[in-house]
Amino acid sequence: MSQPRNQMMNYIREEIMPHRFCPGCGCGTVLNVFTNAIDNLKLDPVKMVCVSGIGCSAWIPSPYFKSDTLHTTHGRPIAFATGVKVMRPDLKVVVIAGDGDVSGIGGNHLIHAARRNIDLSVFMVNNMIYGMTGGQVAPTTPTGVKTSTTPHLNIEPPFQVAELVAAAGASYVARWTTYHVFRLIKAMEEAITKQGFSFIEIVSQCPDNYGRRIGLRTGVEFLKMFKKQAIPIDKARELPEEKLEGRIIVGKLRDRERPEYTSELHRVTKEQVDKIKAEQEKIS
Amino acid sequence: MQAGSKMTENKPKSNWVIEINENLCKGCEICIEFCPFTIFGKSDKLNRKGYYLPVVLIENKCNGCRLCELLCPEIAIVLTEE
Amino acid sequence: MGFNEDRKRYLAGLEDKTYFMLGDEACAYGAIFAGCDFFAGYPITPASEVAERLAEELPKAGGLCIQMEDELASMAAIVGASWTGGRSMTATSGPGFSLMQENIGYAIMTETPCVLVDVQRSGPSTGQATKPAQGDMMQARWGTHGDHNIIALSPNSAQECFDMMQECFNLADTYRTPVILLMDGEIGHIRESVTMPALSSIKPAARKMAKPGEDVFGGEELVPGITHYGMGQNVHVTGSTHKANGMRDVTTPHVHEALVKRIYNKIDDNREKIIRVEKDISQNGQSKIGVIAYGATARPSLGAVRAARDDGKNIDFMRLITIWPFARKQVAEFAKNLDMILVPEMNLGQISREIERFVNCKVVSVPKIGGVPHTVEEIYDAITEVAS
Repeated sequence: MSQPRNQMMNYIREEIMPHRFCPGCGCGTVLNVFTNAIDNLKLDPVKMVCVSGIGCSAWIPSPYFKSDTLHTTHGRPIAFATGVKVMRPDLKVVVIAGDGDVSGIGGNHLIHAARRNIDLSVFMVNNMIYGMTGGQVAPTTPTGVKTSTTPHLNIEPPFQVAELVAAAGASYVARWTTYHVFRLIKAMEEAITKQGFSFIEIVSQCPDNYGRRIGLRTGVEFLKMFKKQAIPIDKARELPEEKLEGRIIVGKLRDRERPEYTSELHRVTKEQVDKIKAEQEKIS
Repeated sequence: MQAGSKMTENKPKSNWVIEINENLCKGCEICIEFCPFTIFGKSDKLNRKGYYLPVVLIENKCNGCRLCELLCPEIAIVLTEE
Repeated sequence: MGFNEDRKRYLAGLEDKTYFMLGDEACAYGAIFAGCDFFAGYPITPASEVAERLAEELPKAGGLCIQMEDELASMAAIVGASWTGGRSMTATSGPGFSLMQENIGYAIMTETPCVLVDVQRSGPSTGQATKPAQGDMMQARWGTHGDHNIIALSPNSAQECFDMMQECFNLADTYRTPVILLMDGEIGHIRESVTMPALSSIKPAARKMAKPGEDVFGGEELVPGITHYGMGQNVHVTGSTHKANGMRDVTTPHVHEALVKRIYNKIDDNREKIIRVEKDISQNGQSKIGVIAYGATARPSLGAVRAARDDGKNIDFMRLITIWPFARKQVAEFAKNLDMILVPEMNLGQISREIERFVNCKVVSVPKIGGVPHTVEEIYDAITEVAS
């Protein structure tokens, strides 16, 4: 029987669908939302390169999104993307990767790319766990959670990655959840359009390897929790820190203009080229 | 109702057709849970892959807000305006 | 592949000129003559001068030079840059080379042309930062995990540092693989005259491009054609085991076997096209003793061989220019009539063991570590000891 086709499939390597994500996984929603953002922007995927690392969320663009894709080593997608972007500033370079990838093993690349303010869009899918490897503690796992490598409960506080990236110098930073699909599409459009380093932390669900450890067995239960815990950043700013315990601060954390790395690099390079040109014209 | 949704009370009525791609759906039930009009129900039969798929119970209540279409992790829901 | 106007204009000011410079600097200029479009690196002794010189000069030729946050990122960035079609490189020394192993493996698996310069210093670990060594010979061969092959060249003068950059980039593009210039700190920091070539003599190898829709990671040829980002081919590049079309398949045994064997064989089967050695055979052809050396050590070695010949001894000499793939046929042929081969190296005997595998005669390692290169006398003494 012929099946209905969502037109977002135009942006997907359709021949390999359905994807491999577990039922109710947030990665699928991020893929869905991402294709909608690209569609709204009327971006030609030929003018895009999607870069990812290792982990479930790395699979969102690689292989599912139909553009040039670079599926790299664990934690390094932003560093690989830097090489692509400086050489081809005309291409939109998007990194989609997980919290373990980008804020754990690849944390150094993340903060330095934000500091340089290179024109990359980094969408970090934060499921608060190492899902693909079987539910080990991540730098984003809340304190007190039992994971397969913190059987006596996690004693570490989690990273607030969006705040970290904002402090490091990114032009655009936002945080949304996989429940806030309309806002997330809008944020992705803004991030991709923004000149400079743009970062969206997407709080997402892993019903299998995280959910079963915290008593949330389905995507539905996670989304209900996100809906309940989300607090807009404007409201959050008015509350004392202790009232924000267990809340997910959502919204736009930063949107500012700063010199962008790729254009600055090409500017200084062109200056040197022009200098040689002028010198040679003087001689001849 | 979600902020950012295009759904408004005064939107002129049009008919929306909701279809579900049975090859893609993995029965996560997100659409069933989050539809503001509770349009979806759960099928009582397993599909080929062993998932209980959602079924559209009351299509004429849909106002095309697209929440189900966008939340769907499988990109399996197709909404068309007639 | 020709140079653009910016590069031609810059190189026109240098061609046919002779300058006095460091091996590291010669390597940087050699890279610009070789058409390097992109450099990413991280400071490290004794390789920093490569980055410093490129930071100064590469932009003048229209190339981009950036410093990354570490060597992991440097290696990653040059792989990313290579997929846009640019010639890209990095330079480092042992500690950084260790960090790069991860993405060297990625470059091998994804068949990404790129060039790495390793100016070797004393290890393990931080070791003697400012002292030369040849301790990374085996790391260059086997540093990254899994079965693979690699191309590595070893220069023994500043001029060769310059010249070999062209060779490295050409090999990288021809075989779609990372290529390592295995310098040692002695050659990196030697100051010698270097003559720049005429622009007309530069012939950069062109990458073989895949036809639209053609597989980029397999097919009939050992080296498949490549495609670049932005060409509308939706190329999928992954370090995981993949099919000829680039799609991941990490479970089918024959997919992995076919991929890894082809990547291995594309270098193995072309070894005779890649390998270069230099021989200095005793004139009467009566030698029973030979010396094999490479890099900085080849210089005192040849000095000692000549001194021994002046004393009436027949000694043959061979210098390995290509380290990997190993010149096993050339070494076996060199050893055919010899009783003994001496192998002076600035390590505890890495290449001497490799030589042992392919010869029937005795192999004597002449190791030296501690950061001071062999002297002619030391090697001469080693020769006279076995020759008497």
